[in-house]
Amino acid sequence: MRIVMSYLIGLTFGVGISISGMANPAKVLNFFDLAGTWDPSLAFVMGGAVIVTFFGYRFVLKRPTPTLASTFQIPTRTDLDIPLIAGSAIFGVGWGISGFCPGGALPALGTGRSEVFIFVMALLAGIFAAKALQSTLATRRLAANQG
Amino acid sequence: METTFTPLQSLFGGSLIGLAAVLLMATLGRIMGATGILAGLMQPKDSSDWLWRAAVLAGMVSGPAALLVFTGELPVVQVPLSTPMLIVGGFIVGIGVTFGSGCTSGHGVCGMARLSPRSIVATLTFMLTTVITVFVVRHILGY
Repeated sequence: MRIVMSYLIGLTFGVGISISGMANPAKVLNFFDLAGTWDPSLAFVMGGAVIVTFFGYRFVLKRPTPTLASTFQIPTRTDLDIPLIAGSAIFGVGWGISGFCPGGALPALGTGRSEVFIFVMALLAGIFAAKALQSTLATRRLAANQG
Repeated sequence: METTFTPLQSLFGGSLIGLAAVLLMATLGRIMGATGILAGLMQPKDSSDWLWRAAVLAGMVSGPAALLVFTGELPVVQVPLSTPMLIVGGFIVGIGVTFGSGCTSGHGVCGMARLSPRSIVATLTFMLTTVITVFVVRHILGY
């Protein structure tokens, strides 16, 4: 049941991305190209998604538990730290270069286009590299604290 | 490269993205973030944790085929950039979303909808650096 539901939810997301234009780097880049061929469409994607999620979450989170799991797993941190801000700034640079964000690129894999595949491979390499760096930094911090 | 302004289609697509986020919270109690789902696939906690993520990913990848069935057309994917730019961009996105703990779906949609201060700051930050990057790449470097 969990697997079928997960698939259908992923499918809803994938269809939404496909219809919205988020899977199209030319459209994404034009949204950010205020000084050039500006296309405001993506404001409607974000707007639609945030409004539906805002009201939907309000309704869903009134329940004590989700239907197919024991607890809601919602991030609880509220502090603003350097990795959050620096990481997000770096993400924007990559998004501005490529026009793909992870949520746009994953469904776009289904078009079979080689460019999407290349982007996703590079994305995975970046995630791997960052995770390796994070664990190195964590080990060093631990060693420094114990030393 | 010019693209057509599609407010209704984009609003409808965005609403489906929101619906997926709400359904994932209602059933599995999880945030619908592409970064989190992908990262969890690469470092799974256990097999059931890996399976739901793989199923979501499989669903996402089926999106274009489903659109083909409904409308007779695959989604438009125009990539006005060179392969090195795709590779460099992808690698930078991977580093950024890992340190920033999320991307457009996790922070920009789910986190904004929860009014999470971290997600609001993250979203404003990456929107700003994306605008700056596009300006530099297109209007200063001239790509």
